[in-house]
Amino acid sequence: MTSDTPGGLLARLRRRRSQPRSRVRRRLGTVVRLTIALTLAGGVYTVFAPGLSADDTPQLSTAAQEGKALFDESCISCHGRNAQGVEGRGPSLIGVGAAAVEFQVSTGRMPMARQEAQAPRKPAMFNDDQTRQLAQYIQELGGGPQIPDGDLRAPEGDDEAIARGGNLFRINCSSCHAFGGGGGALSSGKYAPDLKEATDRQLYAAMLTGPQNMPVFGDNQLTPEQKKEIISYVQEALKQDKDPGGWGLGRFGPVTEGLAIFLVGIVALVFAALWIAGKS
Amino acid sequence: MKRRKVDVSAVPAKVAGGLDDRFQAATPLRNILNKVFPDHWSFLLGEIALFSFIVLLLTGTFLTFFYEPSLTTVTYDGSYAPLRGTHMSAAYASSLDLSFDVRGGLIMRQMHHWAALTFMSAIVVHMFRIFFTGAFRKPRETNWIIGSLLFWIGFLAGFTGYSLPDDALSGTGLRIASAIMLSIPVIGSWVTTSIFDGEFPGHVIMGRFYIAHVLLIPGALLALISVHLGLVFKQKHTQWPGPGRTEHNVVGERFVPRYTIKQGGFFMIVFGVIALMGGLFQINPIWLFGPYEAYTVSAASQPDWYVMFLDGSTRLFPAWEIRFDLWGWGDGYTIPPIFWPTVVLPGILTMLPMAYPFIEARLTKDHRAHNLLQRPRDVPARTALGAMAIAFWLVLTLSGGNDVIADQFHISLNAMTWAGRIGLLIAPPLAYYVTYRICLGLQQHDREVLAHGVETGIIRRLPDGRFMEVHQPLAPVDEHGHGSLDYAGWVVPKKMNRLGALGPAIRGFFFPIEKPSEAPVSPGHPPVSAAPSAEREEITK
Repeated sequence: MTSDTPGGLLARLRRRRSQPRSRVRRRLGTVVRLTIALTLAGGVYTVFAPGLSADDTPQLSTAAQEGKALFDESCISCHGRNAQGVEGRGPSLIGVGAAAVEFQVSTGRMPMARQEAQAPRKPAMFNDDQTRQLAQYIQELGGGPQIPDGDLRAPEGDDEAIARGGNLFRINCSSCHAFGGGGGALSSGKYAPDLKEATDRQLYAAMLTGPQNMPVFGDNQLTPEQKKEIISYVQEALKQDKDPGGWGLGRFGPVTEGLAIFLVGIVALVFAALWIAGKS
Repeated sequence: MKRRKVDVSAVPAKVAGGLDDRFQAATPLRNILNKVFPDHWSFLLGEIALFSFIVLLLTGTFLTFFYEPSLTTVTYDGSYAPLRGTHMSAAYASSLDLSFDVRGGLIMRQMHHWAALTFMSAIVVHMFRIFFTGAFRKPRETNWIIGSLLFWIGFLAGFTGYSLPDDALSGTGLRIASAIMLSIPVIGSWVTTSIFDGEFPGHVIMGRFYIAHVLLIPGALLALISVHLGLVFKQKHTQWPGPGRTEHNVVGERFVPRYTIKQGGFFMIVFGVIALMGGLFQINPIWLFGPYEAYTVSAASQPDWYVMFLDGSTRLFPAWEIRFDLWGWGDGYTIPPIFWPTVVLPGILTMLPMAYPFIEARLTKDHRAHNLLQRPRDVPARTALGAMAIAFWLVLTLSGGNDVIADQFHISLNAMTWAGRIGLLIAPPLAYYVTYRICLGLQQHDREVLAHGVETGIIRRLPDGRFMEVHQPLAPVDEHGHGSLDYAGWVVPKKMNRLGALGPAIRGFFFPIEKPSEAPVSPGHPPVSAAPSAEREEITK
């Protein structure tokens, strides 16, 4: 079909279009079309958009509101408004989850006393209820990993669970926390802490969230069952088992053994030599 | 029939006479039994090493009955629950059985380990005594060299024994040892593959270490200890200078009976201390380390204390890797940094002490034989050199445990490393200087007492108002009031009771076992006594 073809509907239409419309009609048509398009897009968006009631102030549960009050009092100076973090002072807490909050607050590491290489464990500032409220607030604010409810030990009666936990502990944990769980030094004043005071929930939360300088052991690296086996090994074998060989010398290995042979063995024997020589 | 009576009192003499008739043992035995040993507490330090070696032989023999030197994989099924069902080598499993299922096995293992630590520390302490008193001088240089060799062979014994249980800690140590051997230029890989029969860890290393640990090394130790003691017999023991003691005699007690009885008692004490430590202090808890796997390593993995200085030197040494490109031929050649602190340094530390007696003789031009010991203060240069060596070793050993120190005392590990590096350069010269000055100060004090006498504690006021302390000269004085005695190389009395002018020093270890003597009263002054309180009037106004 060519443009020269006379007659017919198409030709008539083309003829009409080729004639210049009035300016007012043209403007009006544009406005109408734009309005329709915008209304359509907005309507579709409101139907399908996730945050139907998206708001700057999310609807918090009562516990989370209590937690927010505590947060605004004790944490806000470093972690900022709405836990979004303060440059150079504290990281954003969006997405760290209730597990991280529970670990840091229940072990007394947060609130920090000062900025240093690593927050040390100290007596907790908040009680259990307050800790839970803070955790709830951070959880509702940004989501993240949570500690599962219920027993965090390997099931009773599984005889080899502790042995498996021990194997996992030696592979994953002892390189920093040492064979006896007493902790060890890392670079530049950082350290892996002693596990003596850690509770089941704290151990689980630490593996799940990787606090301070610890790597994260997510559920794809250590399954929840494996985490529970490690907890069983730490709590039931490392801590409960009395040292069968006598005083464990702090379980530091050859360092304290070397100290003991000089401070106890050689000192005792030198005194014995003095005594024997003095008797002649 | 006449009944024959046996005269019991004559039996020992008859038996001994019969033995002598057959073996002609009386004359050489009399020489030995009458051997005289000088007496001083510091001469007993070497005996600690000898006696702990006997304990090592006894406990070690017990351990061989149960240990299995094999790297075959087994599944543990013993009584230590937290490892049940774990796959491990037969060596590790038998070490666990030895600890938990053999009656008395754990205390035997712990006694063996404590005895090993005692052996090595007693050798070192004994060596300090020999060094600081100059007992290594001619004619005893050979025994000094044998002593140094005993330390290094004991070092090997300790390392092989540390490796045998095949736990994670010993496996880590063995891995480091293989890395050290690999670092030796040119021959390193051949040495390693011949010892491990291929790649680390291979399958034969436990069997080889076992035979080295229970036969070859103890055999060498036993032979060297025999020569060491034989030479002490032949060359006679050194003695401190003192009344009646010269370079040409030995003053002391006969070998039999008194010396033997004392030594027997001392052996019991050493045995007792080792047994107590074996029972009270847990050592090397292999069940906590777990079986050795290449991917298992614990924080604070240290060797025993006598190897720790090498660990420290490795931690302190900078990562200086020397590369040769060999003009583009092949891949070039690299000397890894670990070669210097773990092969070159111990090489120097082995050779230098052995050569020391000859170096000192050459520098001091003293080639005479010496049987009298020197007090450390009288040879300040040697004493200061010894202090310097100890400071060097101490910095290295502390650096070997610097992660434990950093963790426990909340110090940055990086700061510990730098403190070790700087300390290694600064501490030895500082120790030299301080020790030298202390020696000179002690010498000076000895000379001052010889010249002016012992401080009496009596203060006299002179007519012009000055106060001065009265000194008791040790011998008649010349016209200047100076004593005429020469320094004899031995303790100068520095207290009045040493001179017999006061009662003897109060005896007793923790509490006095005698009454302190009454203080003397100056003649011419009536003793001052408190007036009875009844006669005192209270001033009320």
